[in-house]
Amino acid sequence: MATIVAEGTGTPVLELEHEIPFIRKYVFSTDHKTIGIQFLFMSLFFLLVGAVLSVLIRYQLAWPGKAIPLGSALPETMAPDGIMLPEFYNSLVTMHGTFMVFFAIMPLLVGVYANYLIPLQIGAQDMAFPRLNMASFWISVPAGLLMLASFAVEGGAAGAGWTSYAPLSARPDLSGVSLGQQMWIISLVVLGLGSILGAVNYITTVINMRAPGMTWFRLPLSIWALFITAILVLLAMPVLSAAMIMLLFDQTIGTNFFLASEGGQPLLWQHLFWFFGHPEVYILILPAMGFVSEIIANGSRKPIFGYHSMVFAIIAIALLGFIVWGHHMFQSGMNPTLAMSFMISTMVIAVPSAIKVFNWMGTLWEGSIRFHVPMLFAVGFVMMFVIGGLSGIFMAATPVDIYIHDTYFIVAHIHYVLFGGSLFAIFGAIYYWFPKMFGRMINATAGKIHFALTFVFFNVTFFPMHGLGMGGMMRRIYDPQQYEHIAGMQDTNVLVTLGALGLFATGLFFLVVFFYSLFWGKKAQANPWNATTLEWQTPSPPMHGNWSEIPVVYHGPYEYSHPEMERDWLAQNERPDVVSPVAHSTADGS
Amino acid sequence: MTSHAATVESVLRRPEPGLGVYDKKVGMWVFLCSEVMFFAGLIGSYVILRFGASTSWPMPGEVLNVPITAANTFLLICSSVTMVKAFAAIEQGNQRGLRGFLLATALIGALFVTVQIFEYRELIHHGFTPASGLYGASFFTMTGFHGFHVTVGVICLLWATQKAFRGGYTQEDHEGVEVIGLYWHFVDLVWIILFTIVYLI
Repeated sequence: MATIVAEGTGTPVLELEHEIPFIRKYVFSTDHKTIGIQFLFMSLFFLLVGAVLSVLIRYQLAWPGKAIPLGSALPETMAPDGIMLPEFYNSLVTMHGTFMVFFAIMPLLVGVYANYLIPLQIGAQDMAFPRLNMASFWISVPAGLLMLASFAVEGGAAGAGWTSYAPLSARPDLSGVSLGQQMWIISLVVLGLGSILGAVNYITTVINMRAPGMTWFRLPLSIWALFITAILVLLAMPVLSAAMIMLLFDQTIGTNFFLASEGGQPLLWQHLFWFFGHPEVYILILPAMGFVSEIIANGSRKPIFGYHSMVFAIIAIALLGFIVWGHHMFQSGMNPTLAMSFMISTMVIAVPSAIKVFNWMGTLWEGSIRFHVPMLFAVGFVMMFVIGGLSGIFMAATPVDIYIHDTYFIVAHIHYVLFGGSLFAIFGAIYYWFPKMFGRMINATAGKIHFALTFVFFNVTFFPMHGLGMGGMMRRIYDPQQYEHIAGMQDTNVLVTLGALGLFATGLFFLVVFFYSLFWGKKAQANPWNATTLEWQTPSPPMHGNWSEIPVVYHGPYEYSHPEMERDWLAQNERPDVVSPVAHSTADGS
Repeated sequence: MTSHAATVESVLRRPEPGLGVYDKKVGMWVFLCSEVMFFAGLIGSYVILRFGASTSWPMPGEVLNVPITAANTFLLICSSVTMVKAFAAIEQGNQRGLRGFLLATALIGALFVTVQIFEYRELIHHGFTPASGLYGASFFTMTGFHGFHVTVGVICLLWATQKAFRGGYTQEDHEGVEVIGLYWHFVDLVWIILFTIVYLI
């Protein structure tokens, strides 16, 4: 995909129009836009799978021991007479976490938008390695299907939690799951390989393929976030793979890395897992922060407040993310001095996070705010992220953590950052870039209904969980009514489940709106949001090769309400003197 | 004003400078960062398991045959030399040198893996298996994954060799040779670390 610059003229000659067979165009495509869209459909499917699992979990928690509606369709090994077995419940919580983290949120943020946005926003024609890009998608699909298939094998799907702590995960006789656990491991190792190949591609592309004039500090914040996220994936994922392979050997060929009875160290698994796991948390939130920065600047019609501090905050969060993993293990037994240092490094992360939140508020301040649907989700993100971030500070403090560790408080926390954070931003991003991806608009009224219902049901579902956790309800519990101190909170559990059902219904409504808009939405213009970044300066959807002429970048990404212009936005590839020559005469002297 | 705009235009039309290194090379460097973390995970675990072990760890040479593996290590280092020679040859446009040295590198790599397979057979024959304690588990996992990387490298080298025999690399364009070379030197380097910590100390 080399851009040939014709000698002397300085005009790039692009190879664009040539016939591509159907399979190469839609199935085994090397076009980054098609791959991004493929990732979108794949991860929306797994998002739905994860959501169905969560509804089953919530049903059991609200009405333990009652037959699930239509539950008799499930096999005897899962739910005899529609009543869920504890083993099946363990598989449900494990697979809900696994699908949501690895096959829904992560590909939605990175797979979809790193693929779709990086070449478009930096002004490249495609990725540095298009075929590698295709491989990374086609590696992820079988990984997901393998994970899904593990429900059907003997012993059921993995049941040791999405963190798969050893020795529970290392000895089949302890969890009662053997083949399912091994499929879980293999699936995630394969997915990890795909993620690493993707990360190599994203990093190389951002380093080497920026359009003329697109300097590092003119990159949109979404690109900065995706670039740093790719580095996190690159460095954290292989450590998980190494740990997974050792776990697989413990399961299959009789090694004993994580089995204390044979001299191994179960805690080693936790260290390796969280050395990956904490950077993973930032893999799941940094791109979301990038998209929200894009959308808030656009919706406020103002340049983002503190662009440079936003970039450095992303970098700081990523660096700190590698030295805080121990805060997941305060209760696993740790030298108090070490715990203290993990506590301090964790709390330091609040600083760059707060910088970002205040910068978003600074951007909103005195902006002429447009509450379009992406903007609603972006502002919702900021609100929910503040709640999730603050409850994170609770967990970082060792004394508090020891009290609330492994309770519903942490379930509330992770959903405030992963759903209220990441998924809100993903919804915002879907609404924002849908016109570019598919050339059609999503109906704004439907989008606003979707936002309002999501916002309400999300809080109904997850806010009460803080109280459940403080009251002592433990995470991953099968039947809360077995304990007197939790049984008294059953009404709250029912409320949470009703919220979850509402949230699920809202999700189905979104899918209907999504697919309706895909076929019958209003035709979108090239730049429906009057946005400034490069992807809006080419038709919707962009042609193969993205540009009829490689754009030249003159300034930073968020030139909204430029004082010398009548129009309230100035694209990155436009110069104010060319767009409004009248204003230029006054600006020339400066 | 028009002339001013034209000069700005022509200055800016040049692609934004990246690292000044071609894509494949950047990609390989980035990928090797990931590989470093993979082996760091395995080696770090080995160190932790070894220092935390309740029973005493076997002395060097007690279980493993150090002299043979030392010779094997020497072989692998030699293959790095031939790899450099192959790259130097094509830099000079020397096609015969490229073909010879690429083939030599692939063959030495294959020989290394063969020796390793015989070493494994011997060890397993003497009852030293992945299931026989932490030492066996970490030995086979680390050296096994290294062997896997060498095997992948040999396959890539053979592919490059056949391409070289068909004249696929020229003095001006031989990115593939350099990129495979980077990977090969990395695999060699990892072995030197593994040999030291697993066999010698």
